[in-house]
Amino acid sequence: MDEGLRSELSKQGIFTTTLEELYNWGRKNSVWPLGFGLACCAIEMIAASMARWDLARFGAEVFRPSPRQADLMIVAGTVTKKMAPQVVRLYNQMPEPKYVIAMGACAISGGPFKQGYNVLKGIDRYIPVDVHIPGCPPRPEALLHAFMKLQQLIDEQPLTGCNRPRHLRADAPTEFTVPEYGPHDLEPPKNPEVWRPPVIHPGEA
Amino acid sequence: MMPPEIHPYLVLVLLLGAALVFALAPLALAWLWARWFSPPKPGRTKHAIYECGLESRGDAWIQFRSEYYLYAIVFLIFDVETIFLLPFAVAFGGLTVGAFAAMMVFVLLLVEGLVWAWQKGVLTWN
Repeated sequence: MDEGLRSELSKQGIFTTTLEELYNWGRKNSVWPLGFGLACCAIEMIAASMARWDLARFGAEVFRPSPRQADLMIVAGTVTKKMAPQVVRLYNQMPEPKYVIAMGACAISGGPFKQGYNVLKGIDRYIPVDVHIPGCPPRPEALLHAFMKLQQLIDEQPLTGCNRPRHLRADAPTEFTVPEYGPHDLEPPKNPEVWRPPVIHPGEA
Repeated sequence: MMPPEIHPYLVLVLLLGAALVFALAPLALAWLWARWFSPPKPGRTKHAIYECGLESRGDAWIQFRSEYYLYAIVFLIFDVETIFLLPFAVAFGGLTVGAFAAMMVFVLLLVEGLVWAWQKGVLTWN
């Protein structure tokens, strides 16, 4: 619908909407996160859901104990290589449409343990992450900000066209590769469909 | 002028129809909506029976070892008997001979079980 006509109509007290807007409005205000925490970021996530920061204002206070009922995975904390297969498996078990917030330095990059041997250097190596939050740990305000960003993202997702969500595309992958905990490292060390190592050009710097 | 004659049950039939539509229309709408805007994406991991991130191992149809009946018997002797012995001791002064004999039979039955278990070597820790 033409924006000018729409604002003209709204001045006359006639409000117009589309099915897509209604749908996205509904689902962006009822995002149910999966209730799990991996490290200290989880404490901040819990704080964000409690009375002081009150995630319930966004319709997201219902932390589900089962991946089958969750829309959003908040990867809150250090993902060790031993834990990564379980996280990916839980993500695979969530119904579409599903979203991921990687919370904290560890979840987005490995954080202070990046040089270590046992921590995954970012969960985005295996699953598609929608919002990254830096911080160690990020304050609840940062999680709220990430949540608002996610709501914005959901709101802008068209239901048709090439930008439509993954579950409406038949060619999009159903499940993502669950890594195996091998003798030296996770096998495979990354999912090339989701993540490719950044290319560094030393001469340009 | 009289209103045209209607069958007294016609209103009920109409209400029944309305109730059916009221109940079935949302279900049909939800079904259609799910068909168009939420097509299922099934998969092996998604259909797994376990929901905690781990893979399920083994069979749910496991068998318990039949030797556990010994634990059941010893539990009966030491636990259930104690529960009965306490009210027996409290009411001991006012009991009739018949009640006393009945209680003795009960206790002796359990003591017999204890003797049997003792002889079988169940009480020996190994």
